[in-house]
Amino acid sequence: MSEAILTVTGLTKNFGGIKAIDNVDLDIHPGEIVALIGPNGAGKTTFFNCLTGIYTPTSGEIQLCNPETGKQTRLNGMKPNKITTIGMARTFQNIRLFPTMSVLENVMIGRHCRTKASILGAIFRNPATMREEEEILEDSYEILKKVNLHRQVDEEARNLSYGAQRRLEIGRALATEPFLLLLDEPAAGMNPQETEGLVELIRKICKEGHSILLIEHDMKLVMSLSDRIFVMDYGKKIAQGTPQEVRSNPAVIKAYLGEDVDA
Amino acid sequence: MFPLKELKRSLLVSVWFAFLTFPIMVIKVDPIERTVLWRWDNMAFVAIGSFILSILIKVWFVRKERRSGRKKASKVLTEPFTQRILREPRFLYPLSLGVLIFALLFPSLFSTYQTNIMITALMYVVLGLGLNIVVGVAGLLDLGYVAFYAVGAYTYALLNMHFGLGFWIVLPIGGLFAALFGIMLGFPVLRLRGDYLAIVTLGFGEIIRLVLENWSSFSQGPSGISNIPRPSFFGMEMSFDAQINYIYYLVVGMVVFTIFVVNRLQNSRLGRAWLALREDETACQAMGIDKTKTKLIAFSLGAFWAGLVGVIFATKTTFVSPASFTFLESAIILSIVVLGGMGSIVGVIFGAMILILMPEYLRALSEYRMLAFGGILVAMMIFKPQGIISNVRRSYRINKQSTTNE
Repeated sequence: MSEAILTVTGLTKNFGGIKAIDNVDLDIHPGEIVALIGPNGAGKTTFFNCLTGIYTPTSGEIQLCNPETGKQTRLNGMKPNKITTIGMARTFQNIRLFPTMSVLENVMIGRHCRTKASILGAIFRNPATMREEEEILEDSYEILKKVNLHRQVDEEARNLSYGAQRRLEIGRALATEPFLLLLDEPAAGMNPQETEGLVELIRKICKEGHSILLIEHDMKLVMSLSDRIFVMDYGKKIAQGTPQEVRSNPAVIKAYLGEDVDA
Repeated sequence: MFPLKELKRSLLVSVWFAFLTFPIMVIKVDPIERTVLWRWDNMAFVAIGSFILSILIKVWFVRKERRSGRKKASKVLTEPFTQRILREPRFLYPLSLGVLIFALLFPSLFSTYQTNIMITALMYVVLGLGLNIVVGVAGLLDLGYVAFYAVGAYTYALLNMHFGLGFWIVLPIGGLFAALFGIMLGFPVLRLRGDYLAIVTLGFGEIIRLVLENWSSFSQGPSGISNIPRPSFFGMEMSFDAQINYIYYLVVGMVVFTIFVVNRLQNSRLGRAWLALREDETACQAMGIDKTKTKLIAFSLGAFWAGLVGVIFATKTTFVSPASFTFLESAIILSIVVLGGMGSIVGVIFGAMILILMPEYLRALSEYRMLAFGGILVAMMIFKPQGIISNVRRSYRINKQSTTNE
């Protein structure tokens, strides 16, 4: 197997005396869809927040490796915007779009870290800036087509349906050109049709060369989509493996259904 | 159409108002004659006036509710009239050209007194547009904006006093100096938002004023600095009227320049980043936008305009003292932005015109003018809380596809 693009070793995060994440290892290889599951409060979102720089981990190592250049970067203590620039983007569990900006503008914001027009460029509108603006527009529109929102470019983000908002968040994250995409409960609150569309979308994104790490509670989605699954409970990793392995793992069954239950 | 209940309520309102205003409107003590005048007719005015007003407001609300109800029912989103004008270039360009021509002819049409008032109003337009970057676009509530105004004014006053530097040299220096102060304010408040940010900026504004007031060896304290020269025009000697006109055109030029730059900034990559910052800081960072840099740029660019206007203020009044830079000034500039419409350039221009010109033209009401002014402010915020002219949403043209917008 090729070299891992994300390697997490011994990640620990304490909040006061509480160990939200306790010595978790995880790795993702190029082209993989990896799921992170576990009961509520298992520390999955905290794990995401540590990866993306919103929290600083108490101990442990996070290494990101660009699959094209092979450049290794240690993410511990890095600012969120820096991490996004390196090539790891995320969506949020509770949708965090820019509500009064249009659908198109939301995606254009995603292009920010891949463009570089300066203040003077903005004032004088030199050809380079204008060309860049044009490119931002075209790229953003292409991405909106990908997530099937290109008919609603001028709509305010807050007026979109729930499922569409989730898709827009994915689109916005894609606009930052990540090689690794972190999705935090992308199917939460979606109806079955929307979930089906989402599964297809995630497959498509993966085929286009983005690796994916996702947190999800919808087991049907997780089992059908992921190559490998990591299971967390009370901040610890309790299992890992292919969907089949995880499904029959006694520790996982215990975590989800409790003891003394014949699953 | 008008139920008895509402009439009763209005009656109650008028009685309450009459009661409240009784001490100031009715009783008048004449200390020389040692008598008390009972002006009962005033009470009648207050009662009738508040009764009619309360009914009018009720009617207005009922109609508004009906209108919005109809809107919801038909699901047709009608764009306000002002927005339509601003969106359509074929209305907007002739309109702005007309305004510009009027502005250029203003000194020859009106008296020097009027021109002087207009200079003040235009200065506040620039101040409002500057603060609009910080508050309206980037969403950082800044209550100490007047500090940068003071920095600009004192930069000119002091540089002129000590080194004899002229207006045109100091103008950019004043702006840059204020921008530097903007960055200085920006650093400690990077982590703060909302109320906390407002309090810290408020403190910053007061610090600048107090320093100017108390550090006498530096700024000559509360007595201020006088005899600041007016701007020169290629070394020509000018009469007082001509100088006022000259400053007027200078300020008009400055307004045009500000509108141009601020408009382009708002519609750029940076402007989008500011908007995103206002909407959601965490998501903004997750999108790879450097929060620190974006905020500092907003603070310094906002302060820059205040610095420029500060220099003009010093040259216009030929005198600066800390008393000109109180918190009230910050509050007025903030009101201009909020009243005009956050993030909207045209709104801010209207806001400045109304807020600065209204007290002047309400002088006919003599002692009631501030009362009327306050009343109008309150009424405007009740009936149009989003500002006089809210920001026009920009729509983008995507040239390859025909299925899209526009």
